[in-house]
Amino acid sequence: MENFKVLTMAEMMANGEKPEVLFWVGCAGSFDDRAKKVTKAIAKILHATGVKFAVLGTEESCTGDPAKRAGNEFLFQMQAMNNIMILNGYEVTKIVTGCPHCFNTLKNEYPSLGGNYEVLHHSQLLQQLIDSGKLKVAGGPFKGKKIVFHDPCYLGRANNEYEAPRSVIQKLDIYLTEMKRSKANGLCCGAGGAQMFKEPENGVKDINVERAEEALQSDPDVIAVGCPFCNTMMTDGVKNFNKEDKVQVKDIAELIAEAIDIK
Amino acid sequence: MISSILFTILLIIGVILFTKKIREVIRNIQLGRKLDLSDRSSERWATMARVALGQSKMGSRPVAAFFHVLIYVGFIIINIEVIEIIIDGVFGTHRVLSFMGGLYDVLIGSFEFLAIGVLAACFVFLSRRNIIKLRRFHMREMTKWPKSDANIILFTEILLMSAFLIMNACDYQLQMLGAEHYSRATGIVGAFPVSSMLLPMISGMSIDSLIILERSCWWFHIIGILAFLNYVPYSKHFHILLAFPNTYYSKLTPKGEFTNMESVTNEVKLMMDPSAAVPSVDPNAAPQRFGAKDVKDLTWKQLMDSYSCTECGRCTSSCPANLTGKLLSPRKIMMDTRDRLEEVGKNIDQHGADHDDGKSLLGNYITEEELWACTTCNACTEACPVNIDPLSIIVEMRRYLVMEQSSAPTELNGMFTKIENNGAPWQFSPADRMNWANED
Ligand code: HEM
Ligand code: SF4
Ligand code: SF4
Repeated sequence: MENFKVLTMAEMMANGEKPEVLFWVGCAGSFDDRAKKVTKAIAKILHATGVKFAVLGTEESCTGDPAKRAGNEFLFQMQAMNNIMILNGYEVTKIVTGCPHCFNTLKNEYPSLGGNYEVLHHSQLLQQLIDSGKLKVAGGPFKGKKIVFHDPCYLGRANNEYEAPRSVIQKLDIYLTEMKRSKANGLCCGAGGAQMFKEPENGVKDINVERAEEALQSDPDVIAVGCPFCNTMMTDGVKNFNKEDKVQVKDIAELIAEAIDIK
Repeated sequence: MISSILFTILLIIGVILFTKKIREVIRNIQLGRKLDLSDRSSERWATMARVALGQSKMGSRPVAAFFHVLIYVGFIIINIEVIEIIIDGVFGTHRVLSFMGGLYDVLIGSFEFLAIGVLAACFVFLSRRNIIKLRRFHMREMTKWPKSDANIILFTEILLMSAFLIMNACDYQLQMLGAEHYSRATGIVGAFPVSSMLLPMISGMSIDSLIILERSCWWFHIIGILAFLNYVPYSKHFHILLAFPNTYYSKLTPKGEFTNMESVTNEVKLMMDPSAAVPSVDPNAAPQRFGAKDVKDLTWKQLMDSYSCTECGRCTSSCPANLTGKLLSPRKIMMDTRDRLEEVGKNIDQHGADHDDGKSLLGNYITEEELWACTTCNACTEACPVNIDPLSIIVEMRRYLVMEQSSAPTELNGMFTKIENNGAPWQFSPADRMNWANED
């Protein structure tokens, strides 16, 4: 980062310090070029609001979510147990993730394997920061723009969180609109259940095209997302309709980071 | 006298046949794997009250919800009348409950209004299936039998309700004509706000023919109900009973939480630490396969789900895979599971418990292509008005394919290897995980 250094747990430990929260970056957030921008936005917001955080860095490994959804329970549990060993070794108590899949897995599937943490999706942490007055957002570059939020399945239906992302976006003084299928009835972007890593089965249409079409029908300036996979899928979907010049696809964290104009 | 005996015999046969079928269904459900759902009972009662009794998930389709409530309430309440019919039938009495006086009039009167509601709803349901041809009732898995099943029930209910109303009309007319056994010195018993409108049609009939008509309707009504009772367990209308236990045993954990397989946990623990103390397994127990190939590999709850399915297709019409033309249909997953379970049950009845017909749910009913199209998005479980979980069956079969057959799509096998080797589903070095923090 330009004006601050992101510390790892190991570095903090060496300084005899403990972070308030561990930022679980996730594989997409670490390696995918588009998702890396979201990772940086989250780190910037955490830094700007004075949240003491650390990452696992090279000690982080896939949560095992795509393996589990694809039926490879062995691989999932191997990953989970190794991660739990590291997390427990650092006595981690609170985690924020940049990805609803990591969020769901850490929150719901790690406890019975010995990993008990308070886990938040980044939209939930942002909301907490806003509620506690640490994060002040007022208008900014998106003021008056029309934004539609696409619910990630693993945040929405899977964990019943529909409000946090919406209330965060609304702080931008924007016009929030909804798709016909939203919240509990939201339509998947097509990437879940390990679909991200394979070609779709034969059909008449790609799911992300179906979903992007629906999002575009509300004529938004921005399609807001909360998941790196949704981000990829919706971006591709928008391109499919040649609308990428008119309609942006952005993560909630990017919208906030741009609005509070931090470096 | 003869009619009392005949009635009693019919009643006993009806009840015995029904009990036999129910015991068969319970046995079939118990073929499934063990699963302890005895926890959180107050939450379970609340879920059942909300979802089954209160029909809370029906509302997303208001027209269907409205008319279904008519059938639902009408059917349950009108069946109070059946209690009277049974007593009258066995003891040869007539309208034995009429001693309730004014309350009886209110009851009979309101039954008549409900009957009209049920009739209307049946006509609406028939027309959306056969005239409007709603898409979700005409998909690939809606073959001949599932379609006629629904129509049979709706027709039967129309006939039953019509018989009920005609019976009441005749009764009313007979009371007014002062016919023996029907009329009372105290005046008219019962109130007939709806059936009295039928009077013009029967006003010219003699007392004898009225009695014949009234008795025919009475017999038709009760035989119809006994037949209906016995038809229900073979039909998608089994939901009228099973919706209640099935919602009681709903999944209460977050939808995103998939089960952690204990058998795998033990092996992984041993792999990571050979001296780890894992619960000892009974050496005599047959080794359980990982995941599900056939119905016996599913849990009893998943099997109960299959019997509870109303085949309404709300799951399938919200499924992203199905909406975009893939083969997967969560409703079909449930219908296949039930069909296969019935087949396995028949095999046991005919050839004994150990018979192997060489068939299985995965392969003969459900194909791999269907399973791999699922995005695990939970739209199906969200949509289901009886809290059925098709997704858990899909995942259980994927587990079998991956862990027993190693037959995942190649790209997924590649993804597994990458996670194993470099801790990410893509080909990147773990050493580069923090590069993002040092770029601009
Ligand atoms: C005694 C009680 C009940 C009766 C008599 C009854 C009767 C019926 C009938 C006749 C249909 C057929 C409509 C058609 O297929 O065209 C139906 C459908 C259905 N029932 Fe029930 N039912 C009862 C209880 C319940 C309960 C407790 C639930 C749980 C919420 C339920 C959920 C459904 C659903 C989801 C459908 C499909 C409706 C659709 O197509 O949208 N039923 N029921
Ligand atoms: S979880 Fe799978 S079967 Fe259910 S709606 Fe989503 S894609 Fe379809
Ligand atoms: S699983 Fe549920 S939603 Fe799907 S057809 Fe059966 S009852 Fe309807």
